[in-house]
Amino acid sequence: MSRYELKPDQALDVREILKDLKDYRPRRRGWVWRTPAPGLQMRDFTYREASEPLKCSVPLPPAHHFGGIDPQPLPVITTEIASGRFEDDIRRMRMAAHHGADHIMVIRTAGQSHFDGLIEGTPQGIGGVPITRKQLRAQRKALDMIEDEVGRPINYHSYVSGVAGPEIAVLFAEEGVNGAHQDPQYNVLYRNINMVRSFVDACESKTVMAWSQTAQIDGAHNANATSRDAWKVMPELMVQHAINAQFSLGCGMRKDLICLSTVPPTATPAPCVFMDLPYAVALRELFTGFRMRAQMNTKYIESSTREATVTHVLNMLISKLTSADIQSTITPDEGRNVPWHIYNIEACDTAKQTLIGLDGLMEMVELKRDGTLREKARELKERAVLFMEEMLSGGGYFEAVEQGQFVDSGLYPERNGDGIARQKEGGIGAGTLVKRESDYMAPVTAHYGRNNTAQYGLAAGADPAELIGGCTFQKPEMIQYIDELDQEDNVYRRMEETEALRQPGSLYVKPEMEWLGDGTVMLTFFFPVEAKIAQAAALEAARRMNLTEPEVISVEIMHPVDGTRIELKGKVPFSLKLDELEIPKEPETLSDDEIRKAIEERPMSVVCGTVGEDEHSVGLREIIDIKHGGIEKYGIKVHYLGTSVPPEKMVNAAIELGADAILASAIISHDNIHYKNIALIDRLAREMGVRDKLVFLAGGTQVTPELAREAGADEGFGRGSKGVHVATALVKLRKS
Amino acid sequence: MKRTDDFESRREHLKGLSDEQLKERFWELARQLTDPLLSMGKEYTSPSIERSVLLRMGFSSLEAAALVKGCLEQGLLGHGAGHVVYKMSRSWGLPIRETGLKLLAGEHWEEAQAAFEGGRSA
Repeated sequence: MSRYELKPDQALDVREILKDLKDYRPRRRGWVWRTPAPGLQMRDFTYREASEPLKCSVPLPPAHHFGGIDPQPLPVITTEIASGRFEDDIRRMRMAAHHGADHIMVIRTAGQSHFDGLIEGTPQGIGGVPITRKQLRAQRKALDMIEDEVGRPINYHSYVSGVAGPEIAVLFAEEGVNGAHQDPQYNVLYRNINMVRSFVDACESKTVMAWSQTAQIDGAHNANATSRDAWKVMPELMVQHAINAQFSLGCGMRKDLICLSTVPPTATPAPCVFMDLPYAVALRELFTGFRMRAQMNTKYIESSTREATVTHVLNMLISKLTSADIQSTITPDEGRNVPWHIYNIEACDTAKQTLIGLDGLMEMVELKRDGTLREKARELKERAVLFMEEMLSGGGYFEAVEQGQFVDSGLYPERNGDGIARQKEGGIGAGTLVKRESDYMAPVTAHYGRNNTAQYGLAAGADPAELIGGCTFQKPEMIQYIDELDQEDNVYRRMEETEALRQPGSLYVKPEMEWLGDGTVMLTFFFPVEAKIAQAAALEAARRMNLTEPEVISVEIMHPVDGTRIELKGKVPFSLKLDELEIPKEPETLSDDEIRKAIEERPMSVVCGTVGEDEHSVGLREIIDIKHGGIEKYGIKVHYLGTSVPPEKMVNAAIELGADAILASAIISHDNIHYKNIALIDRLAREMGVRDKLVFLAGGTQVTPELAREAGADEGFGRGSKGVHVATALVKLRKS
Repeated sequence: MKRTDDFESRREHLKGLSDEQLKERFWELARQLTDPLLSMGKEYTSPSIERSVLLRMGFSSLEAAALVKGCLEQGLLGHGAGHVVYKMSRSWGLPIRETGLKLLAGEHWEEAQAAFEGGRSA
């Protein structure tokens, strides 16, 4: 067996993941929730609804102001990763885990629902990934390593649906898939698979999932996405949840592993929280004991990633005001393309940021027990009850579907006659059911329904698999592993094509959004013209920039004639050689002891402040304050002049106080004012004849060392600079 | 079917229910809707269910598909594809996997037919 391990400072090696898959066994079955950490203390903060922190993660962008903390919210966070090439998705899974995802969902390739059996090997997918034993095993193996790296179990998830549901359920149980969508209504309504077959198959699938303690997510959110006016489908959504939930209980599933896939149905510009909150409350009151998988609204997603993100934040406000056990994320680029790496990460960060930002909210706020909220919740429940009453009076589930009762655009009991109708005898797989004979028998674990094992002397209640000495569920060595069936369409062929770019080890790098070496880049333009012209201009600009396959992916009108914002994607045809890149050297720093000793021998004092009309203070305080590891800790005496300090005052204060150095912070960079102020301090100091006695250092988020030096500072400090860098420069540059 | 929103008249019988009673009614209806579906599942099987049984018995997806196809052609699926393999393995004194592969070789289905008394029982 390969002894490959992930190393924090090394790229994930997909080649290693693919080795020895034949013998790889998942380390566990079943779903894992996060471990709550009530009262978690991090830095100055107490979290009320956080979970155990990670061993290794990438915190939110401002975390460096907060000591680098990365608190993790309580709900499991989902991200959907399925670009069509599972091998490239593996790297994305590692990134997502580092950003807080612990539920990795793999969308299936288009058409897999209708594939009558299991797919084997690793063909490329469209809009998803062909789910196969090899693909599952590779990704599970990678996730086992990734979960060790981040220090939290990662749930792996795909879909048990289509005409091969039971086989897929078995495959998932064997390969350590921890969560799955399973809802026969999805087959019926959206995949036109015969409804009787779908429910019979679902009995077996759910029994297998119950045995492997797989968390189940239902398919009700699809009704939201398909209906004409999503806010009118609320009563039906509750009915769909109830049918799948009750049916699942009947197959032996544990209530706490039955998760309702619930979406706040409405989006802005509707007053969506007002409409969605009563629904969320009604649902949670009816479905006590079940778990809530809060999905994001996708029905109204457009190409603006900003707009999608705001919708998702509003959705999470509903999660917070009610409850969510699993917080799903939708990539904000879903309205444009198959999701890119960066947007999976954005979505995970959006969830983490929002849920941590709202931590403890319900300790201060509560939902009203009377008034509109209660009335509306009650009304929705009654409408749902009426929906089921009509189903029963018409003959039951199948008859209701035949009569088009589902996904009708009316607010039930209103009906517009445009529901999805399916026939009991119709659809894919119609007529394929076989009645079990009186001696029907299946000698395996987790089999649903009548199973005549008594004819072979097995005691009632005994595991039927005892007849054959155990099945693959007890003896995974019985599993037959197929590597590849197609000599052309497989992972090895695809990887050969991009081998020169593969890390670790490659000497080249190429921009990438989705697949290794795809060369895809995105450009943002503003054109001061109307949308139609702007799109043409963007495409022409892209061509002149030598991008191939340029395509406008988002158009937002700033004003009907005065301006249009365009986002465009295209491909670059080149790779970059790593050893030809100019990578700035890390600033040389003295050790803390060296600096302290130097200051002890020859004390230094500095004047500092934010120069010009500029009220920013945070960055400079980090550089000077002892609390943040600033220069004070080395014994350097600091005279802090505050913000918006005129350049003259800086120089005068240095003279009056007999300081050895000036530290100027310059954040505002509009019209290069930061460099202008740096130049002005230099000039004033020269005019006053003190420049050669003073060290002059300048810093700020938009300052680059070279340009600061050109402007007249002795040294410049950009984003990410620390007290130790500044102290080192002070010691090294000080005038004799 | 088209119908305007007659919620107000339709809900007359629900008006007086407490929230708890309404919830009970909701779940009672869900049970009434799903019980027949669960019963049906006990009495029927499908090619996918049978292939899933064979997977668990240690056959590959390709083998499982071919065995289920064979059982269907022989009218034996109602006995259970796993059952066919199990019964023949006892009859031939062979391990399960070898039994399946022998059936897949294609020349022994008549013995299976005979073991189940000619396929479908009455």
